[in-house]
Amino acid sequence: MSDLHVGTAVRVRIQSSADIVTARQEGRSMAATLGFTNTTLTIIATAISEVARNIVEYAKEGEISIAPVGNGIVRGLQIVARDQGPGIVDLDTAMRDGFSTSKSLGMGLPGAKRLMDQFEISSAIGEGTTVKMTKWIG
Amino acid sequence: MAVPILKQSHTLIASIQAALSDRDLLQLRDDLADLVGRHRARGVIVDVTALDVLDSFATRTLRGIAYTTKLRGAETVIVGIQPEVALAMVQLGLTLEGVPTALDLEEGLAFLDGRAETADDE
Repeated sequence: MSDLHVGTAVRVRIQSSADIVTARQEGRSMAATLGFTNTTLTIIATAISEVARNIVEYAKEGEISIAPVGNGIVRGLQIVARDQGPGIVDLDTAMRDGFSTSKSLGMGLPGAKRLMDQFEISSAIGEGTTVKMTKWIG
Repeated sequence: MAVPILKQSHTLIASIQAALSDRDLLQLRDDLADLVGRHRARGVIVDVTALDVLDSFATRTLRGIAYTTKLRGAETVIVGIQPEVALAMVQLGLTLEGVPTALDLEEGLAFLDGRAETADDE
């Protein structure tokens, strides 16, 4: 069963470290309207921060889209981070804790995965990377 | 956004007022490394009460601030980590290993006073 958008998505262009702050604030505010607990709002904002930084560090620019979703049973918030950067050569290694080719010390993607309920990543060399992650309410 | 840094006797107090970008955090680290020397500070308090997110970069930069000021002769205490932020950090596997923390500004100042007294006794 696929997750359906049940509200309008907010898109944030990611080009600089200031955009990382904007993206997590947008995510937090949409999550707040959906009724997540305060702790979960912080967890969502932190996960957005990690995937947004991944864009700035590796792809230089990209986009984060945040939308309310539902699958008929539960509602939640879905975040899609997309870039047209160099892509990730070895996804398994990139998702391993502690691995990094840049300066993030490898906490970024595996960290975001731990914070969210669902996490999918796809990447193609020379084409870019897409991360789709969801947090369900309750 | 620049972080205001106040001086109170031998302590510098960096009171973060709003969300900071990665660049702002690095600026704070550089400013503190410089100001410790200029004000002959022995202690630094970084108040993160206003921060709603401490992600991997912010945590690493706070550790960087503590280690840098330590090399300059001043002890840094991080104060005001909010409960939700602490929970998210633990879930993310982030630590402030080796960096003293305190509940709030008052506790942070008390911690540094205690350190100063111990140093005077030696």
